Amino acid sequence: MPLNAIELAKLFHDKNPGMTQGHRMCPGCAAPNVVRFALMTAIAKGYEPVVGLATGCLEVSTTIYPYTSWNVPYIHNAFENVAATISGVETAYRALVKKGEIDKDKKYAFFAFGGDGGTYDIGLQSLSGAIERGHKFIYIVYDNEGYMNTGNQRSGATPPGSDTTTAPVGKKLPGKVQLKKNLVEIMAAHENVYVATVSIAEPMDFMKKIEKALEFDGPSFIAAYSPCVRFWRVSDDKSVEISKLAIETLYWPLYEVERGVYRVTKKITNPKPIAEYIKAQGRFKPLLSRPDAQEIIDELQEYVKIRYERLLALEEVTKDKPIR
Amino acid sequence: MPLKQAITGAEAIAYAMKQINPDVVAAYPITPQTPVVEYFAKYVADGVVDTEMIPVESEHSAMSAVVGAAAAGARAFTATASVGLALMHEVVFIAASLRLPIVMAVANRALSGPINIHCDHSDAMAERDSGWIQLWAENAQEAYDFTVMAYRIAEHPDVRLPVMVNFDGFIISHGVEVVETLDDDVVKNFVGKPIKMYPLLDTSKPVTYGPLDLYDYYFEHKRQQIEAMKHVPRVFKEVAEEFAKISGRKYDLLDEFMVDDAEYIMVALGSTAGTIKHTVKELRAEGKKVGLVKPWVFRPFVKSEFQRVLNARKGVVVLDRSASFGAEAPLYEAVKSALYEVAVRPQIGSYVYGLGGRDITPEHIRQAFEDAFKGNLIADEERYLGLRE
Amino acid sequence: MPELKGWKEIPIGGLIVEPGNSKQYKTGTWRVMRPVYQPENCIHCMQCWLYCPDQAIVVEIVDGKPKMKGYNYYYCKGCGLCANVCPKSTDPRTKQPAPEDKRAIVMKPETEFAEE
Repeated sequence: MPLNAIELAKLFHDKNPGMTQGHRMCPGCAAPNVVRFALMTAIAKGYEPVVGLATGCLEVSTTIYPYTSWNVPYIHNAFENVAATISGVETAYRALVKKGEIDKDKKYAFFAFGGDGGTYDIGLQSLSGAIERGHKFIYIVYDNEGYMNTGNQRSGATPPGSDTTTAPVGKKLPGKVQLKKNLVEIMAAHENVYVATVSIAEPMDFMKKIEKALEFDGPSFIAAYSPCVRFWRVSDDKSVEISKLAIETLYWPLYEVERGVYRVTKKITNPKPIAEYIKAQGRFKPLLSRPDAQEIIDELQEYVKIRYERLLALEEVTKDKPIR
Repeated sequence: MPLKQAITGAEAIAYAMKQINPDVVAAYPITPQTPVVEYFAKYVADGVVDTEMIPVESEHSAMSAVVGAAAAGARAFTATASVGLALMHEVVFIAASLRLPIVMAVANRALSGPINIHCDHSDAMAERDSGWIQLWAENAQEAYDFTVMAYRIAEHPDVRLPVMVNFDGFIISHGVEVVETLDDDVVKNFVGKPIKMYPLLDTSKPVTYGPLDLYDYYFEHKRQQIEAMKHVPRVFKEVAEEFAKISGRKYDLLDEFMVDDAEYIMVALGSTAGTIKHTVKELRAEGKKVGLVKPWVFRPFVKSEFQRVLNARKGVVVLDRSASFGAEAPLYEAVKSALYEVAVRPQIGSYVYGLGGRDITPEHIRQAFEDAFKGNLIADEERYLGLRE
Repeated sequence: MPELKGWKEIPIGGLIVEPGNSKQYKTGTWRVMRPVYQPENCIHCMQCWLYCPDQAIVVEIVDGKPKMKGYNYYYCKGCGLCANVCPKSTDPRTKQPAPEDKRAIVMKPETEFAEE
């Protein structure tokens, strides 16, 4: 796999990998890059992608009838069932290969994309079921930490203190109260799966993990940090900067879990304070004018620190000891 | 040589599916559909079929998975009942709108609450606007026959709509009857190879399923579904004609029993027709001119057929095994509306019966016919058979 | 915008059978800021191409090496991500934003440019 931008440009400069131009995602949205990085990897490795997509920003903005931005087979079913839908497609593939109707040497890559809304919350059941059954597919959640397509409602993935329309910062309440649901760990607990966190700020780490997922003999779950420049209230050009800051403050640690074996793929030796991350985004501005702002920031700081230390410890304890 | 077997309706459907050998089956267990899935799972485990089975984690995922499989170009089947059908409601509509030739067997059972596992038609009635073709079986034989015919109707290029085969929960699903099953190769040749349209797995022709329609296109897409339903009566009759040649059993849109000179006709769906036919024969022996119309095809609801057979009768008695709270019962409403335009309108009465598996007896049927004989049918009055006041 | 078609003229099921036909859609009209390419400062690192969410960076292969050629303004939405990730946008010594004449990409208001 070419591991740098130059090699990728040579391969894809005149091709649209899965997604074309003309889509109507917001200027500066990170989701198109999440999709492109994943599909470039698959295509470069000789796979033909088949894409399923849950209702959300990406789905709505890339398929406004009569236009589609997809030049690969694509299916959108409903909000919470992309994993179940792709289970059906993948099973049909296996059945038709058995019948001899499809060339078994043709490499298909089944992708299921969903936003955090359609994955952490309403889509959790069908995702868990598909992983438990062991279908060979890659689920990629483009996590923009809220129901952004419908105007910034809070989801299980929204961080605490964030201002959303259904959990606004007001006189009484400080925005979202709960910490972010740790879906990556929930998925890792299925044990038969390859799980990884990725970020567009680290494209080579991203693509390496996609490569691993493609070759993994079973289901994969990839959590992609995907800043929403609109509702995180940052300027259009900031998605990569914020992604970098998220990694450097331990907010979004880059790691993978392969059948229970943990590996932190980017070690951060001198993490920046989480306050820097908070202050860089307008969605935390209402929080900062509250008297309990520091308390909430401290809670988050403590959490990311402990979580990171736990990951390092798990890396040591599970080294070479896959649970399945 | 056709084989006569003493099997339940569920086993008959599973047996038909074994002979059809679909590519993918995704199902979630729910009483009283469970034996359909269990018998089929045994065929899969024993390698009797090539089907890939997906043990999904809910009915919503069952329908979602068969949508994915059918879109991919595979022949897909599922089965459910009652609240399982209700849970997959959203995807049921999507399956029809994507024009996928899916076949689903529904073991008709009452919707909750309170929770009830017995026979009633409320589950399928709640899906009557979904765009699915609805076939209704009277007994295990019809359940088997419709399952064999279903893909031929669904996959027809003029149709491309999913088919729901309704069979009464427990009464047909669990009752043992004599079913004449056709030979494996007869079924195989009749059903033929899947007719594929726009398969996802054809990467040389990438297609986008399920886009966002704004207000500028949704209406047109729905009009296409309406048009497809208009072709079903013709296609159904063609398939039924072919099926008659291999089985000796002739199906049509309506099952008309002793209607030729009938003065009073009862209309009902499903297994109750068996009890009605028995009562009709008894009443005929007593000199009463009675008959039964049992729709085999409820969706599309072919008004012209009802108008043709019910015109100028003295009385029509419609039995519904489901209620529509605050409105007239579904079958009654449809039949009455069809009779709006007939030359000579019969007297008409509505009877709701059998909710939640409440038994319906020949005495109840007689009671309804007696009302008709006495001229005591009131169009606006919904009556109940077997209800304790 | 293409002409609206009647129900008999479109494929069934809401299917779109022309892959990638959104390429017909001009997202370039969204622009409020326009990236201006200054090739004399470009080192052809391909970061802008890698990160452009709308694949609006034109790259050609010259002597086996990819070279940034400019922008496809039909699609460019003017988000500025290219300028943000461009290594020439930051002075390597001071880590501060580089002066405009040293940059490979400069964001300018769209109003300064005539309609193409």
